[in-house]
Amino acid sequence: MGMMKLFRIRGGVHPQGRKSLSADQPIRDVPLPDLLHVPLQQHAGQPAEAVVKKGDLVLKGQVIAVGQGRISAPVHAPTSGTVVGLGRYTAPHPSGLPGRTITIRPDGKDAWADLPSPMDPFECEPGVIAKRVAESGIVGMGGAAFPSAVKLDLGRRFDLHTLIINGAECEPYLTCDDRLMREHPDEIVDGVRIMAHALGVERIVIAVEGNKPLAIRALAHASKDVSTIMIQEVPARYPMGSEKHLTQTLIGKETPARGLTAEIGVVVHNVATAMAVRDAVRFGRPLISRVVTVSGEGISNPGNFRTPIGTPVRHLIDHAGGLRGEPARLLLGGPMMGQPLADMKAPIVKGTNGILALADLPPTVAQNPCIRCASCVDACPCGLVPLEMSAAIRKEDMARATHLGLMDCIGCGSCAYVCPSSIPLVQYFNYAKGKITKQQRAEHKQMETKRLAEARTERMERVQREKREAMAQRKAAQTRTKPERSETQQDQDGEEVSA
Amino acid sequence: MIIAILSLAVLGLGLGLMLGFASKYLKVEAGALVREISDMLPGSQCGQCGFPGCGPAAEAVAGGQAPVTLCPPGGPSLALALANKLGVSADLSGMEEHIPKVAFINERLCIGCTKCFKRCPTDALVGANRQIHVVIRDACTGCGKCVEVCPTESVQLREEPETLESWHWPKPQELPAAS
Ligand code: SF4
Ligand code: SF4
Repeated sequence: MGMMKLFRIRGGVHPQGRKSLSADQPIRDVPLPDLLHVPLQQHAGQPAEAVVKKGDLVLKGQVIAVGQGRISAPVHAPTSGTVVGLGRYTAPHPSGLPGRTITIRPDGKDAWADLPSPMDPFECEPGVIAKRVAESGIVGMGGAAFPSAVKLDLGRRFDLHTLIINGAECEPYLTCDDRLMREHPDEIVDGVRIMAHALGVERIVIAVEGNKPLAIRALAHASKDVSTIMIQEVPARYPMGSEKHLTQTLIGKETPARGLTAEIGVVVHNVATAMAVRDAVRFGRPLISRVVTVSGEGISNPGNFRTPIGTPVRHLIDHAGGLRGEPARLLLGGPMMGQPLADMKAPIVKGTNGILALADLPPTVAQNPCIRCASCVDACPCGLVPLEMSAAIRKEDMARATHLGLMDCIGCGSCAYVCPSSIPLVQYFNYAKGKITKQQRAEHKQMETKRLAEARTERMERVQREKREAMAQRKAAQTRTKPERSETQQDQDGEEVSA
Repeated sequence: MIIAILSLAVLGLGLGLMLGFASKYLKVEAGALVREISDMLPGSQCGQCGFPGCGPAAEAVAGGQAPVTLCPPGGPSLALALANKLGVSADLSGMEEHIPKVAFINERLCIGCTKCFKRCPTDALVGANRQIHVVIRDACTGCGKCVEVCPTESVQLREEPETLESWHWPKPQELPAAS
């Protein structure tokens, strides 16, 4: 275990951990559901494009959709079976709207496809590792689902010195990373070393919150012979798991606003991602399942489940003993940053770390007016002034909200958590961010249509001009040919002779 | 017969040239402001504002005869931009109600006559003779020209459906006014 000097970050809160509900439950496999609904957009960036059609037989690990563009990720079949649908299906999204999805009926054989051959990571070029990670569809598994290969390639563009592995798991209830660290420390350490090799960094810090002593001990044991790895305990304080805040705690430097941690020489990956990278590099296995914590007071038998991607939430909840009564709310992810789940039909995706059934309702209507206590200001880890921002947004003054730093808000929910008036601050910020994006999209569309309209006007004018010219030519030819036909004829004859 | 064709052609050409010259030499020097505003407008000449095209609309806005909210396809963002340009305040209250619409083609009614396709100011319709036409939603300004020309009433303007990409969180409900 390491002895680093830690730096204090501002703000943050101490929500009740409630991790004991599931922390002692070993990871268990979930049996295959009748149908797997695998969305094409499970990652930040461009959605993947399906390369199978209805009726196709697919094998476990086979590519069923390819990435599009620079920031994207392919999608693989989580098991063997038949593609029975290629259309729209309820997405794991607060709106409950459908997104493009490939539906597979498992055949029960769970037969693997031919996988890419295993690699010896330390014998190959760093770029080759990033390529394998990209082909394996690996995305950040801590929740943001950013394509990992892009983040493993940052060594080319930035001068990196440290790889931070995020094992903070600061959200209450969630224990999937804790279980992985306890049960698979050797695999994680191996994956972490592979990532460091890909990035070309010599220094690795695995950061774990102090409320997970068993995970810290397991990792320390697994890495005792690896001099480059330091296991660092960090204080349990939300949002410690935020990339920028974890970096600041460990390195003491602030990431530029809206910038990357790579700009200060650091890349952060999650522990579950490290494990997925190892599977992809050592065994050629793509990302087709993940560990999900199913917990909350409304779940009969909370636990941690290795779940095939595409498994409907309902199937997973049933496997955790079902719901205990009607929960006040169902969440995808943790209680602080998780999103309400509109429909239990929605599938588990690569970024789903938890399914929570909670008994309490969050405030959606402000119970009381703001008393200007400034608790939210003290809680905000980004140094923002939530009360002023929300006041501006109430008045639809998005320019002022942006000026106050709305775009630097990470939506961590610390402000709303401490607000004595239960003002739904984060919902104001989400609303404003969405509205601003929409406006930008509208402006973009307007510019695009303007360009199209101009192109069309130009084309029409050209067509007109050409018509006019053709007509003028014809007329000129006519006027010329008619009275002076014989002459022309002669001319032509003459030309023919001379030629 | 030939003389008739010829004389008509000459007449046409002559008139065309005259018009051309007229437009060149008799053109009123448009103010810089009008030009700037005209650059901001969509330029699709759809006529939804009640003016014959974006040019006259720009003149009207610059001269203060039309409100900055005149352009439905431009939406609130354009209204705000225009208000900024002119240094006036925009009353967007009526604007918010304008939900952007896009054209939909009923494939069962479309006979592939190409009328809409020829009429669309932004080339948002694609199709060829006797083929079902389709709408490129991203390019459609909802001007409705295609609706006017379709002989089988197979084009309709509808609200654009909410998608995962366009959805965003609603504004939290306000506290009752009493408190
Ligand atoms: S949600 Fe935004 S404003 Fe509120 S504490 Fe977190 S970063 Fe600050
Ligand atoms: S915590 Fe709530 S009541 Fe206090 S200042 Fe912030 S918004 Fe107002």
